[in-house]
Amino acid sequence: MSDIAIQLANISKQYHIGRLREGYKTLREALNEAFLSPFRRAGKLLRGQATGASELDETIWALRDVSFEMKHGELVGLIGRNGTGKSTLLKILSRITQPTTGFAEIWGRVGSLLEVGTGFHDELTGRENIYLNGAILGMKRAEIARKFDEIVDFAEIGKFIDTPVKHYSSGMYLRLAFAVAAHLEPDILLVDEVLAVGDASFQKKCLNKMQDVGEQGRTVLFVSHNMPAITRLCRRTILLDAGQIVQDGPSHQVVSAYLNSGLGTAAAREWPTLSTAPGDDVVRLRAARARMEDGQIADAVDIRKPIVLEMDYEVLKPDYLLMPYFVVINEEGVEVFTTIDADPTWRRRPRPAGRYVSTAWIPGNYLAEGTFFVGVAMRTLDPMIRRFHVRDAIAFYVTDSMEGDSARVDHAGNLGGVVRPLLQWTTHVIPNGHPDPAPAVNESGR
Amino acid sequence: MRVRLPNGSTPTPTRPLSLRAGNMPVTHIQPSTGWVSLQLRDLWEYRELLYFLTWRDIKVRYKQTVLGAAWAIIQPFFTMIVFSLFFGQLAKIPSDGVPYPIFSYAALVPWTFFANGLTQSANSLIGSAKLIRKVYFPRLAIPIATVISGVVDFALAFSILIGMMLFYGIVPTANIVWLPLFLLLALITALGVGLWLSAMNVQFRDVRYTIPFLTQFWLFATPIAYPSSLLSEPWRVLYGVNPMVGVVEGFRWALLGTDTAPGPTIIVSALVALVLLVSGAFYFRRMEKTFADVV
Repeated sequence: MSDIAIQLANISKQYHIGRLREGYKTLREALNEAFLSPFRRAGKLLRGQATGASELDETIWALRDVSFEMKHGELVGLIGRNGTGKSTLLKILSRITQPTTGFAEIWGRVGSLLEVGTGFHDELTGRENIYLNGAILGMKRAEIARKFDEIVDFAEIGKFIDTPVKHYSSGMYLRLAFAVAAHLEPDILLVDEVLAVGDASFQKKCLNKMQDVGEQGRTVLFVSHNMPAITRLCRRTILLDAGQIVQDGPSHQVVSAYLNSGLGTAAAREWPTLSTAPGDDVVRLRAARARMEDGQIADAVDIRKPIVLEMDYEVLKPDYLLMPYFVVINEEGVEVFTTIDADPTWRRRPRPAGRYVSTAWIPGNYLAEGTFFVGVAMRTLDPMIRRFHVRDAIAFYVTDSMEGDSARVDHAGNLGGVVRPLLQWTTHVIPNGHPDPAPAVNESGR
Repeated sequence: MRVRLPNGSTPTPTRPLSLRAGNMPVTHIQPSTGWVSLQLRDLWEYRELLYFLTWRDIKVRYKQTVLGAAWAIIQPFFTMIVFSLFFGQLAKIPSDGVPYPIFSYAALVPWTFFANGLTQSANSLIGSAKLIRKVYFPRLAIPIATVISGVVDFALAFSILIGMMLFYGIVPTANIVWLPLFLLLALITALGVGLWLSAMNVQFRDVRYTIPFLTQFWLFATPIAYPSSLLSEPWRVLYGVNPMVGVVEGFRWALLGTDTAPGPTIIVSALVALVLLVSGAFYFRRMEKTFADVV
């Protein structure tokens, strides 16, 4: 393969825990260790205890045999819990630290953005910091000079450009810092959690800029905890856990696998043993699933596509009036809606014993992006009794990519709300600036 | 038939030219062991960063101080006054035929440059810990920029030296053209020691506490308060093992016309300074891989 941008082969990184904790040691400690540890080892040997380097010098593997490839122009997300080696991996690729074993090759100019405002000096003015920070990030002076006005515009700091940055508000400081970084034009960009700082409008700006970078055909490796951002920006995502690659594939799949593993909820769940299944002697739940139109289990669903909720249950005693329903809750715990089976086929009809599947269709362009948890429940009418209600029985993840035909339209930043319907909009020009007394809404042939 | 690109390389047919296949830099990342090359070419690539780091050090040094750049003068000037009183007036130490104040000040100017450069470069990596943990660039740039930025302070202190020469009516000899070389020698020595100490300082913070002691000791081991002519000839050459001997006596010779023309002493001094610099650079590069993890 010739269009490879980054190639990693069995990269591992070992840290000494003592060093991690203390950072550095004093000469006395080093001498102590050097002189005493042989005696300690000898002592242990005499007492018949095992000796090993691991005992004297505890280490951990921050990364273990990480191998993958990225092609030019690819945007790849890197996710995982805290402390799973994401940042270490970026540090190795940006040559800040060396791997313990393994090797990597990178084709192209690398720019890394592990923090915004690295090297900013409080005493220097905005203008001076733009040059200093630009040089630290690897820009040439001429390049900075050429982009200077653009950077100042982007940062929206205007007349404060010649004020020392220590007098800036934190918002201005961040905007300026990101503005410099955003104008870095490497072939390969390594970004760590830059979007986790700043207010909503700043985050939106960052995200839009990241979008641009991707569209310019640059290669981006992007670490984030912001799952909607990851699925929106990157087609491919790598999931790290305990320093190893757990999954590497299409973003929506990897993200939902990650979310599901973390939350213990999957898009499909079964209760194989009837006696322990939720419910009572009238009806018991056997399975619950979230599917896509084509029948696939829907860990992650495109916002434009419908979602099919299914409950599979066994009626044990005949002649009851059953009322299946789903309760859909978003990741903030807000109940989005409760939907009750309205199918006339079985509504108010006593059911014979047997196995049933009830299905509810959530239309496309309805739920907002994010994780949704589904409670699966059943009531009987007369007597009005709840037979089962399994909260958070299943979960699925709605993704909103930036393809322009969802309710997100051309907006890359955060969109609030629990639902995201694609509503009909019209805009018309007012002739001569006078409002038309009767706007032509329903005149076209209805 | 293969096409030659303007830069002389042949394009890989499978990679589109839009990716600048011909001149795309390749970075190899792998663990290094033991002694590694200095990678001066890499440092050269980052020369603009070196410039900006130097410029930052100069800009920031006296911000928020009341006296500002006057500190660059105060330090050697007041030391000169103290030396003149105690060593010149009371101890009556000989001064090679020139007035004692200018005799000691001509030595204190390069000495202050050296001592500050050494101290600041030794602490420079720790001071830039945040940078080292977050960005890659050749780490050598940090101590180098620190030492170079001291040249501004040197220039300020030197202007007072010119004033004093006018005051004492001393006309510099034509040998003044050699002065930049002596300054360079001081710079190389400060950097050489600074590289050793800064790299050690990352591992062992004890280094920070030994520096004031080291500079004080070195001050008296250098002919600043006294002339090296107190020593007889074979010993004077050996004295050149301290490179600052060559620097200080060179300054006096070039400016004040003392009888300390650079002979074998300066060669010894220059050799020692070069050994310090090269060994310091290699030691620094060897330790460099641990900086980001330890600092």
